[in-house]
Amino acid sequence: MEKTVNQKAWFLVLPVLLLVAFSAVIPLMTVVNYSVQDTFGNNQFFWAGLEWFEEMLRSERMWDALGRQLMFSGIILAIEIPLGIFVALNMPKSGFWSSFCLVLMSLPLLIPWNVVGTIWQIFGRVDIGLLGYTLDALGINYNYTQDILAAWVTIIVMDVWHWTSLVALLAFAGLKSIPDAYYQAAKIDQASRWKVFRFIELPKMMGVLMIAILLRFMDSFMIYTEPFVVTGGGPGNATTLLSIDLVKMALGQFDLGPAAAFSIMYFLVILLISWVFYTVMTNLDKREG
Amino acid sequence: MADMTVNKTSSRGLSLPKINSRLVVMTLYLLFLLLPIYWLLNMSLKTNTEILNEFTLFPRNLTFANYATILTDPAWYMGYVNSIIYVTVNTVISLAVALPAAYAFSRYHFMGDKHLFFWLLTNRMAPPAVFALPFFQLYSSVGLFDTHIAVALAHTLFNVPLAVWILEGFMRGVPKEIDETAYLDGYSFGAFFVKIFTPLIASGIGVAAFFCFMFSWVELLLSRTLTTVDAKPIAAIMTRTQGASGIDWGVLAAAGILTIVPGALVIYFVRNYIAKGFALGRV
Repeated sequence: MEKTVNQKAWFLVLPVLLLVAFSAVIPLMTVVNYSVQDTFGNNQFFWAGLEWFEEMLRSERMWDALGRQLMFSGIILAIEIPLGIFVALNMPKSGFWSSFCLVLMSLPLLIPWNVVGTIWQIFGRVDIGLLGYTLDALGINYNYTQDILAAWVTIIVMDVWHWTSLVALLAFAGLKSIPDAYYQAAKIDQASRWKVFRFIELPKMMGVLMIAILLRFMDSFMIYTEPFVVTGGGPGNATTLLSIDLVKMALGQFDLGPAAAFSIMYFLVILLISWVFYTVMTNLDKREG
Repeated sequence: MADMTVNKTSSRGLSLPKINSRLVVMTLYLLFLLLPIYWLLNMSLKTNTEILNEFTLFPRNLTFANYATILTDPAWYMGYVNSIIYVTVNTVISLAVALPAAYAFSRYHFMGDKHLFFWLLTNRMAPPAVFALPFFQLYSSVGLFDTHIAVALAHTLFNVPLAVWILEGFMRGVPKEIDETAYLDGYSFGAFFVKIFTPLIASGIGVAAFFCFMFSWVELLLSRTLTTVDAKPIAAIMTRTQGASGIDWGVLAAAGILTIVPGALVIYFVRNYIAKGFALGRV
């Protein structure tokens, strides 16, 4: 659609601008403020320059948390994206069963995040949870509060359970936009199932899949509640992801300076990914005209 | 002829298991999704003795006592009331400011529009953990700590951008000629927006409202940080079921099930727009 230039449109945007400035800019300024100051308590602050940033960049704790975070995001993407596409390909295309699947699949997406944590915390317990009990009965030593591997498996399976449907729903929306004529042409050419997927379905899904990948990466990058409820970041620090570490530092220990420096670097990473996301989105808009 | 029959049978032979494999895949996937939820439901209908002492796949002594505990104790059910209040306030605020902004973005070019749009998006992606402490200090200093409005305002951080993006996606689909005709007919902007434009994007408003509702409902870190007693959300109250005699599993499970109900109720109405909403209106 051709848009006209109209500077008065600013008045329509003003309320959003003021509201988001209040709830985003002011808090961020506080963070910036803390990140360059030090305190001995009593609300007396003095200039610390980039000291906290240097300290954080040198601290093993942050790099470890970042490493765990990247591993977590990598693993869940590697599982959720292919699985989501696979599920989308197998969904009924229309009619009652399609709606039925859509509704049931959306269910995990609408559960409060700490309830998701609670569900899996219970589900994995060897004494009262179905999963834990079954694994225990099968003779598998499974204890997510003690064993690092079990803890990781639990939070990853939980995230797959929670979010694969999102990828599937997006992929399904992409699939539905493919006109029947494409499939008919493929049939005439006697294209194999794999070729239909590779040359028709995948290219048509690429746009929404990029959105799915970026959304999942970003949301998993700032995940807090679910793993915190299940493992509390343990055993030890084995599942302490970036957000969990940050909250521990800021609200638990009140290490304001380092936490603020940490926040800013964290936010810059998110900003970078957002920019990629935005570029993908706007390109997608352009392509659709 | 012989070739034809071979072809026919082979394609039948291929397509038959294909239908079955679809069914198997979907059944397995849905089973995987529903089992943990079923387990929670199962636990919520049992007594604590049964939960802890026997391992049963369905409740032997069906009891609704856990639900009764929650629905009769103000300390519990006020949590739901608090959650619903701040979620509703948040949805109303988010939509009220997002509607005109989305209209501006979908219809006009203006100075800095692209940068503003991008900046809004970064707020949707901002980690709540970064904002928890500054929000706590901000709302304490203006005396709004532990009020519904504080949580509602905090959640606008990610819900306003989301609403703007979703609404913009829907508004883009309305032809511009409609606006122009209305102005020619002598409608003022306000009258046009309320009487003509709003009904046209009603489904978009519904979807945006649903997503604001949902993201405010599922969020816990900010709502827990900003409240202590008066506005404490149900999700935060749940974390306190540990009494002197250990965790009250039955009540915990019942509370969990009750938090799933609101989402489950409205999901049917937005089932075809869910993908669009998650993709910020871009599918």
